[in-house]
Amino acid sequence: MLAYAAIITGVGLGSMYGLLALGFHVTYAVSNTVNFAQGSTMMLGAVLCFTFWVTFGWPLALAIPASLLLCAVWSVIVERVAVRPFVRSGSNSWLMATVALGIVIENVVLFTFGKDPRGFPAGSLTTTYVPVGGIKIQALQLIIPVIGLLLAAAIHQFFRRTRHGKALLAVVQNRDAARLMGIDIERVVMASFALSGFLAGVAGILVAPLFTISSTMGTLFGIKAFAVAILGGIGSAWGVVAAGLIYGIAEALITAMLGSTYTQIVTFALVIVALVLRPSGLFGRAEVNKV
Amino acid sequence: MQKAWFVAEVCRPVRFLFAAIAVTASLAAAPALAADPIKIGHVAALSGGSAQSGEAITRGLTIAIDEINAKGGLLGGRKLELVQRDDESTPPKGLTAARELVFKEKVAIIFGGIDSPVAFAMLPLLNKEKVPHMAVWAAGTGITRNGANPNYIFRVSAVDVLVDVKLLEYANKKFGAKKAGLILINNPWGESNEKGLIEAVKGNPEIQIVGTEKFENSDVDLVPQLTRLKEKGADVLILVGNAAPGAQVMKARERLSWKVPVVSHWGISGGRFPELTGPTAGEAHFVQTYSFFGKQSPVGERVLAALKAKYPAIKGPGDIFAPIGTANAYDAMHLVALAIEQAKSTDGDAIRTALEDLKTSYQGLIKKYEKPFAPGNHDALGPTDYIMVHYDGDNVVPVY
Repeated sequence: MLAYAAIITGVGLGSMYGLLALGFHVTYAVSNTVNFAQGSTMMLGAVLCFTFWVTFGWPLALAIPASLLLCAVWSVIVERVAVRPFVRSGSNSWLMATVALGIVIENVVLFTFGKDPRGFPAGSLTTTYVPVGGIKIQALQLIIPVIGLLLAAAIHQFFRRTRHGKALLAVVQNRDAARLMGIDIERVVMASFALSGFLAGVAGILVAPLFTISSTMGTLFGIKAFAVAILGGIGSAWGVVAAGLIYGIAEALITAMLGSTYTQIVTFALVIVALVLRPSGLFGRAEVNKV
Repeated sequence: MQKAWFVAEVCRPVRFLFAAIAVTASLAAAPALAADPIKIGHVAALSGGSAQSGEAITRGLTIAIDEINAKGGLLGGRKLELVQRDDESTPPKGLTAARELVFKEKVAIIFGGIDSPVAFAMLPLLNKEKVPHMAVWAAGTGITRNGANPNYIFRVSAVDVLVDVKLLEYANKKFGAKKAGLILINNPWGESNEKGLIEAVKGNPEIQIVGTEKFENSDVDLVPQLTRLKEKGADVLILVGNAAPGAQVMKARERLSWKVPVVSHWGISGGRFPELTGPTAGEAHFVQTYSFFGKQSPVGERVLAALKAKYPAIKGPGDIFAPIGTANAYDAMHLVALAIEQAKSTDGDAIRTALEDLKTSYQGLIKKYEKPFAPGNHDALGPTDYIMVHYDGDNVVPVY
C-alpha cells in the first residue's frame, strides 16, 4: 500500500512539474532562453483564477481563460522587459532579470492578493473520489496527468508537424536564415513566451485545489520544474514530461520508503547522478556546436 | 593677512562643528523627557502564511497600550508607542528587524511572534544587548530556557515541553489512544516538540510513540507520510505545524479515509485553517490559552468591547481570529507595564529584574498573575492554563 500510495501521489505531482517544465522547453527550443519567473507565473495563474472566481464571483468558465490569457500576457512582458534587451546585446543577464521579475510579481501579489494563503472552494473535481486500494483518488488527480500528456503531445505535434511549429524551430537553428525566409523572429519568440506562460497558468490552476494559494506557492515548484527540464533534456517535449513523472514518483517513493527527512536530499542527489551519467538529460540529445 | 584668512575660513567652521557636536552629545545624554514615548517593539509575521497571528498579537498589544495610555501612560506621563516590523516568518529577517529596533529605535522591550525559529535567531542579540524579549506565541522550549545568565527572555504563552505533556495526556484520555504518530513541521519548532514529546511519553505509560514523520511548508501531498504512520498502527496523530501545512495533513488524512483523531499544537489557529482544510477542520482538536467564547470574566468583557470598538469587523467572539495571539499579548503588555513602573525605568536590566520579582498582582484575561516570573522561571503560563478547542465553522470553541 505504501508504494502504491506513493506512485499515485507522484504521478499527480510529477505531471505538475512536467507542465511547468514544458514551459521551459518551449522557450528554450525557440530562443535558447528560459523564463525563470515560470514558478511565479504558475502562482499568478492560481491567484488570478481565485480572484476572478471567488472574490469577483465570475463563472469558472470565464475565470479560467481570463487567468490563462493574463499569464500569457505577463510572460510576454517578461520577454520584452527582461529577456529581449539582454539577448540583443549578447548578454546572459536575462537569467538574473527573469528571476528578478519573478520576485517583483510575487511581491506585487503579496500586497494586492493579501498575506494569508487561501483555498479554492470544494468543487466536483476535488470531492469526487475514485476509491482504489484504500486510497481515495480525487478526480482532479487523475485529470492532471491526462492534461499534461495531452499538452505535451499537442506541443510535440505542433513543432514537428505544422508550418508554424517548424518556423519556430527554424529560429533557434539559424536566426539569420530564418529572418531571410520571412520569419518574424521577435514575434515567434514572444509567442513562445506566451505559450510558456499559458502552460504555467494551467499548472497553477490545476494544483491550486490540492494545495494552498499564496504569493510564494510557485517558488519551489519553479526550481523543481527547472531540475525536471534539465533532467529530461530541455530540448525534448516528451522528455521533460517523462522526467516530471519520474521526478514526482521518485520524490513520493523516497518519502514513503525513507521518510520525508530524506526526500529533497536523495531526490536532488539522484538528479545530479543522472546528469553525470547522461549530461544531455535522460531523453535529450547532445548538441553539436559548429565553429 | 594669511592668519586672518585662516581664522575666518577654517577655524570658524571648525568651532561651529565642535559646538554642534557638543549640543548633539548633550541632547543624546540628556535624560528622557516626560513627554518622550516609551517605544514597545514587536517583531512578528505580518505577512505570509502566519500573517493573522501577527495581526492578532498587534490587536492585543494595541488594546492594552490604549488602556495604559488612557490612564496617563507610564513613568509620570510617558505614553507607549508600538513600533512593528515584519519578520516574514524568516529568522534572518527577524534578526535584522530586532537589530533595527534595538540600535535605531531604542525600544524598551521587543514582543515576538508565532515563529519559534525567529525567536531563536533573535535570542543571542537580545541577551547580549540586555533588551528584554516577551514571547507571546512562539512556544519553543529553548526560547525561555536558553541557558543565558542573566536571561532577558520572558514568555506569556504555552511552552512546547508542557504542551507536549498536555497533548499526549489529552489524546489518551479523550480518545483512548495508546499509539501516537507524530507529524511535525521540519524546522526548529518541530524539533523542539519532537524532543518534548519523546520526554513526555516517558512520564506517561498509557501511550507510546510509534512513528515520527516530518513535512515542509511547501509539501503538496502528505499521503506518503500518513501512510507510513498508518502502517505503524498509529491510533492518534499529534500534529505540530501552522495552518497551511496543517490543512495539507488533514486533506491527506481525508484521502486515506483514515478517521484517526488529530490532536494538534496551536499553530493551526494562526491562519485560515477551516477554509484551507474544508469540512474536516473541526476534527482537529488543539491547544489554546484562551477562548472568547462562553461566559467571560469582567476583563474578558472589557477586552471584547474594546476590540469591537477598535476593529469594526469584530462583531462577536467568532470574528476574533487567532485569539491566543490577542489574549497572550494583552496580558503580557500589562505585565510589562507593571514591570516598567516598578523599575521606574526603561533600562533593560531594570525591567528584567522587575519582571522576575513583580510585586503587584494582575488580573488578566487568562488568569490572575501572582509573581508570574522568577529568576529560574520565565514562563508565566503552565499546563493548568491550557484549554483544548476545535473549529466550529470559523469559530474556535472549547471542547467539553
